[in-house]
Amino acid sequence: MAAHLKKRVYEEFTKVVQQQQEEAATKKLRMTKPSKSAALHIDLCKATSPADALQYLLQFARKPVEAESVEGVVRILLEHYYKENDSSVRLKIASLLGLLSKTAGFSPDCIMDDAINILQNEKSHQVLAQLLDTLLAIGTKLPENQAIQMRLVDVACKHLTDTSHGVRNKCLQLLGNLGSLDKNVTKDAEGLAVRDVQKIIGDYFNDQDPRVRTAAIKAMLQLHERGLKLHQTIYNQACKLLSDDYEQVRSAAVQLIWVVSQLYPESIVPIPSSNEEIRLVDDAFGKICHMVSDGSWMVRVQAAKLLGSMEQVSSHFLEQTLDKKLMSDLRRKRTAHERAKELYSSGEFSSGRKWGDDAPKEEIDTGAVNLIESGACGAFVHGLEDEMYEVRIAAVEALCMLAQSSPSFAEKCLDFLVDMFNDEIEEVRLQSIHTMRKISNNITLREDQLDTVLAVLEDSSRDIREALHELLCCTNVSTKEGIHLALVELLKNLTKYPTDRDSIWKCLKFLGSRHPTLVLPLVPELLSTHPFFDTAEPDMDDPAYIAVLVLIFNAAKTCPTMPALFSDHTFRHYAYLRDSLSHLVPALRLPGRKLVSSGLSPNITPHEDPSHQFLQQSLERVYSLQHLDPQGTQELLEFTIRDLQRLGELQSELAGVADFSATYLRCQLLLIKALQEKLWNVAAPLYLKQSDLASAAAKQIMEETYKMEFMYSGVENKQVVIIHHMRLQAKALQLIVTARTARGVDPLFGMCEKFLQEVDFFQRCFIADLPHLQDSFVDKLLDLMPRLMTSKPAEVVKILQTMLRQSTFLHLPLPEQIHKASATIIEPAGESDNPLRFTSGLVVALDIDATLEHVQDPQNTVKVQVLYPDGQAQMIHPKPADFRNPGPGRHRLITQVFLSHTAWTEPCQVEVRLLLAYNSSSRIPKSPWNEGGEMSPQVETSIEGTIPFSKSVKVYIMPKPARR
Amino acid sequence: MPEIRVTPLGAGQDVGRSCILVSIAGKNVMLDCGMHMGFSDDRRFPDFSYITRSGRLTDFLDCVIISHFHLDHCGALPYFSEMVGYDGPIYMTQPTQAICPILLEDYRKIAVDKKGEANFFTSQMIKDCMKKVVAVHLHQTVQVDDELEIKAYYAGHVLGAAMFQIKVGSESVVYTGDYNMTPDRHLGAAWIDKCRPNLLITESTYATTIRDSKRCRERDFLKKVHETVERGGKVLIPVFALGRAQELCILLETFWERMDLKAPIYFSTGLTEKANHYYKLFIPWTNQKIRKTFVQRNMFEFKHIKAFDRAFADSPGPMVIMPGYCVQGTVGHKILSGQRKLEMEGRQVLEVKMQVEYMSFSAHADAKGIMQLVGQAEPENVLLVHGEAKKMEFLKQKIEQEFRVSCYMPANGETVTLPTSPSIPVGISLGLLKREMAQGLLPDAKKPRLLHGTLIMKDSNFRLVSSEQALKELGLAEHQLRFTCRVHLHDTRKEQEMAMRVYSHLKSVLKDHCVQHLPDGSVTVESILVQAAAHSEDPGTKVLLVSWTYQDEELGSYLTSLLKKGLPQAS
Repeated sequence: MAAHLKKRVYEEFTKVVQQQQEEAATKKLRMTKPSKSAALHIDLCKATSPADALQYLLQFARKPVEAESVEGVVRILLEHYYKENDSSVRLKIASLLGLLSKTAGFSPDCIMDDAINILQNEKSHQVLAQLLDTLLAIGTKLPENQAIQMRLVDVACKHLTDTSHGVRNKCLQLLGNLGSLDKNVTKDAEGLAVRDVQKIIGDYFNDQDPRVRTAAIKAMLQLHERGLKLHQTIYNQACKLLSDDYEQVRSAAVQLIWVVSQLYPESIVPIPSSNEEIRLVDDAFGKICHMVSDGSWMVRVQAAKLLGSMEQVSSHFLEQTLDKKLMSDLRRKRTAHERAKELYSSGEFSSGRKWGDDAPKEEIDTGAVNLIESGACGAFVHGLEDEMYEVRIAAVEALCMLAQSSPSFAEKCLDFLVDMFNDEIEEVRLQSIHTMRKISNNITLREDQLDTVLAVLEDSSRDIREALHELLCCTNVSTKEGIHLALVELLKNLTKYPTDRDSIWKCLKFLGSRHPTLVLPLVPELLSTHPFFDTAEPDMDDPAYIAVLVLIFNAAKTCPTMPALFSDHTFRHYAYLRDSLSHLVPALRLPGRKLVSSGLSPNITPHEDPSHQFLQQSLERVYSLQHLDPQGTQELLEFTIRDLQRLGELQSELAGVADFSATYLRCQLLLIKALQEKLWNVAAPLYLKQSDLASAAAKQIMEETYKMEFMYSGVENKQVVIIHHMRLQAKALQLIVTARTARGVDPLFGMCEKFLQEVDFFQRCFIADLPHLQDSFVDKLLDLMPRLMTSKPAEVVKILQTMLRQSTFLHLPLPEQIHKASATIIEPAGESDNPLRFTSGLVVALDIDATLEHVQDPQNTVKVQVLYPDGQAQMIHPKPADFRNPGPGRHRLITQVFLSHTAWTEPCQVEVRLLLAYNSSSRIPKSPWNEGGEMSPQVETSIEGTIPFSKSVKVYIMPKPARR
Repeated sequence: MPEIRVTPLGAGQDVGRSCILVSIAGKNVMLDCGMHMGFSDDRRFPDFSYITRSGRLTDFLDCVIISHFHLDHCGALPYFSEMVGYDGPIYMTQPTQAICPILLEDYRKIAVDKKGEANFFTSQMIKDCMKKVVAVHLHQTVQVDDELEIKAYYAGHVLGAAMFQIKVGSESVVYTGDYNMTPDRHLGAAWIDKCRPNLLITESTYATTIRDSKRCRERDFLKKVHETVERGGKVLIPVFALGRAQELCILLETFWERMDLKAPIYFSTGLTEKANHYYKLFIPWTNQKIRKTFVQRNMFEFKHIKAFDRAFADSPGPMVIMPGYCVQGTVGHKILSGQRKLEMEGRQVLEVKMQVEYMSFSAHADAKGIMQLVGQAEPENVLLVHGEAKKMEFLKQKIEQEFRVSCYMPANGETVTLPTSPSIPVGISLGLLKREMAQGLLPDAKKPRLLHGTLIMKDSNFRLVSSEQALKELGLAEHQLRFTCRVHLHDTRKEQEMAMRVYSHLKSVLKDHCVQHLPDGSVTVESILVQAAAHSEDPGTKVLLVSWTYQDEELGSYLTSLLKKGLPQAS
């Protein structure tokens, strides 16, 4: 407690001293020691035991230190360092030095000499290591200073022979981070011998300590990352490390080999024990493949991941990775994949009925069997069968990347990917389905493969099914039976899981438009038409029938002969579906009907686009008319807003910009209207009622500005300034209105002060942008700031009022890419008449499924709101895991909300909608000191306000009274 | 010469009755104690009289290790311990300890109750035998006695299957038992570190087979089952190996879960049901998926699988899927080979009215797996057991060719002797080590370094100490040993001048050493004395007397040879 009090005293003392310092800025002295160091000094002097001192240091480390006082603190610390006998305290001081030297705005070159000095006299290995770490921090802070870097490298080389692995580790790290890259540049570093950093580090590849070996490889990788071209000679050294006893060494070595193989893909390396030579990248590929069957799963993951990025490897080696020569009792056996392929090509359907169709055939020459694959043989076969799902996922990813670059490989790996659809872990299944989708351009599914793929449609996991639908959207099917099979399975899926309706329709849309010729022969069967008899008209509301029609209509789009096969009711259904499900059913060229042309040819660049030009022009018109009479301005604004809104509806790609601009103009319009109010001319007490309009306008402008700031993705800083400026104007308006209506001065006083603070805040945040705001409200305001500070509230209000009237309308620069965040709640649909019944006091779970577009960081911002009929509102924070990310800019929220209420007499509707939470302080950068350390959990979680951004859905619920 | 001796009593070039005797550094260990399925006479158990004809086995064996609970690895245990007589420790993993008695009891029932055998072990004997068992954890090093230690590694194959490392001093043997290198639905893959044993004893059931990926098998299996069930048919899956039943249960259960199927699955009461109870308990021994998800749900708590009810026996179109290995002559083998009519015992002829499909779900490592394990462990020698001789031959040749290590495949009763060269640890005093370190650079692991010291062998430990300390410890006085050598040089100059020349010459050559010219005319290099004197007979010849102690032998001899070459001509 005493210590605490003392600290407070010092802190207060601090303030005073600093102010003095400011005033006497010309006399630059070190005399007014920054208070931090003073307090620390006293604390440390007071410390009687090392443990005490350590405590003080730990306490000290929790608080940030300003850049200007860093040096003083460092001096104090160093002073204590020399005196200290206990190595743990020295260690802490060393680590603090490192931390302090990272402070922004502090140039650490002054402490480097001291650090190197104390390094030379230090005996404890741990402290040595920590000091080297500090030097590393200093060195990375001063990347341009060649001389310092050379010196540090020298120090590191000197300590490389230390007996402790920790010290050697740090030295290597230092070398990796600071070792000079180019020998020519270092000539000015006078006298210091230029060292070949690569060679020095390379020598430690054979260190006796595995940790040091790892550090050496990591340092080498660090050199590579910094742009140094590694020598090819490293390759052989690295290959030896692949058989190291320690997994971290092997893991790092795999990385190094990969790096070298990317640097010198075409070099030729000899194959040991033979005279042949192969390309380096092939050799490296073989070696990394071998590591896929390593004993440690970390290494296996690493190896599998890296395989994916080796695109230059020759196709011969690539295809080996999927090859595993089977045998049974020394006789060659074909894999199930080969058999399936053969069966398929021989026309036989479905296998396995015959006993012994997998019986081994020809004898194998025992000498020719190679049980240890030297090269890439079977790497993926092993990787995909691995025990750890991490390895399997990595292997699938690698497979994906390689298949994307090589169509022939894509064809070959298909069987294996299809097999992965049956993995025991859902993540792996999902990953392999996604992979398949990515490579689907290169492949055509055989019927038996399609069969396996489709079997997964029955999976009970929604994600898997939807991923599979997406896969089917872009799959090539080879036969009409395939299409039929897919349709049948999809319909089966639809009956089993009716919630998949939309996804299945969408899938069939693409399936139809991709394979019109394959669908054509199926049409009579699918529509169950008969040449002679009229068949019954199917039920139009049957989702399965709609699914079939979606397939057929989309196929018919590019197949003009198809409509001839339709029966009458099909045409009627077409007309109905074209209207009700226009996103699924395309416009068809039907006999006797005119095709409504969609008109726009898509290949016009945005700037030539007439609608874009229109947008530009209408905005410019508004901005150019600064001094129109109030009536005219208002009208023009109203027209323009209307135009923009309509434009946004018509042109979906311009919707974001149009909406954004329209909102801004609306704010301006509101502001103008509010200022036109008569209330300004009349004595205050009479106009209580009218002032409602002005204050409502102020409130609305505030809301709109928040929407502008947080609901659009792609808003840049220059727009934010304008938005904040508008908000400031709204706040001024509010202040004025309150001044005129409120009685008494007291509330006004507080408001006034608050407003001035806001202005100050604005100035601090956007100081860089102020020059752009010539002639604006804030510009004038800042000019008058000193006067405002001292004047009375009434006077302030008066000044503000005139300034608001005089200020000009700021031009809002249009951002490049802007999209309005939007959300659609798919489920609950809000159609049900059956109330959701539950016992009052208990909870009922409501499934929510919504798609979100253009929402940044939805995990933190999107909330679900439930409004009960009694006005009670409940806000629910969905779990981060409930958000899925199916594509860029798109998110999907699948979550459950729990409803509960006291008993009602009859069922009633609750409203569910999505909210976008915002917090304007999140835009302000954080202080650098706190990074990494213990964060104070204050700012991140708070919510300043929310904006509803989806249509609300009504859900019928009925809490019943509990039965006794 | 120290050596490791290995004698298989069973499983030498054969499958079944695994029992291998290992003598390592004076310790005798018995690995597995199994029975043979193919015999019902004395041959079904290993011939323990090989160990001793009279007296108890306890005196001859230090410990017995059981790798897993299959009867061909533990079936003879009660007979061995209770009827032949062994009271020493029996080591096995906990799941094996739990499930083994169930299987032994089952085996006893069939042998005694069904076949009516007399002179068989009793239930009490099984219980008594199990009391001698010591359970070991994975990777736990168990000290059997002061020198012998064993350590278990995960082997896959069945729940609780383990590979054992037996180590005495620096000599070690690894016995794999049965193992599986590809993970399946409920077990992980076998794993061993780079322990570099002197000998690796590995099974070789599938020495000549490389299997297809397990995914194809699983997919085929599930597809066939699914199709039949959808058709309304019934599926009968006879599984004879415990462990495989669980594998198929997990496979079916997860499939049912995923596909949301409702058809019931039954499994027979009895052995599988009892064992399943233990499967639920030993989650740490299963694979990643089961270990990760068991908090939400234990995968062995089947939702769709229930115990069998006889009322479901009649069925219109069943299908049989037979996993594993069907021995020739069994009903299973006949059905698989396509016979439509079966002759049962008692002349009864049964018509086979079902579709038959064959699938292998064996949990043994294939040839590639065996090679992979050998590669992981990096042994000096390999010994193959638990396989057929012809197939072993192939694998042996491959191992010798690929790894360049010698490989053995003894038949039952045949002894393999491996000479070993165990390393002997020598303690060095810190003082000496530091002193030597100070002289040179860091010790380099790859290069030998010369070190001066005295080796003291006392009792059975070795110590390397500095010679002073050795003298002190042994209470001996130090003797000075000095070498002197005369070098004749033709020189007509005076001794003093001569000495000066020698001094300047040495000074220029031996830059790293301290060369001094003493006032009495002699020259010292470190502790080596060089004196110049005129030859008593020939004044034209000068004699250089070089004298050094034993410790400076290296420098001294170098100096002599240098001086013998003569001095450079004075310029």
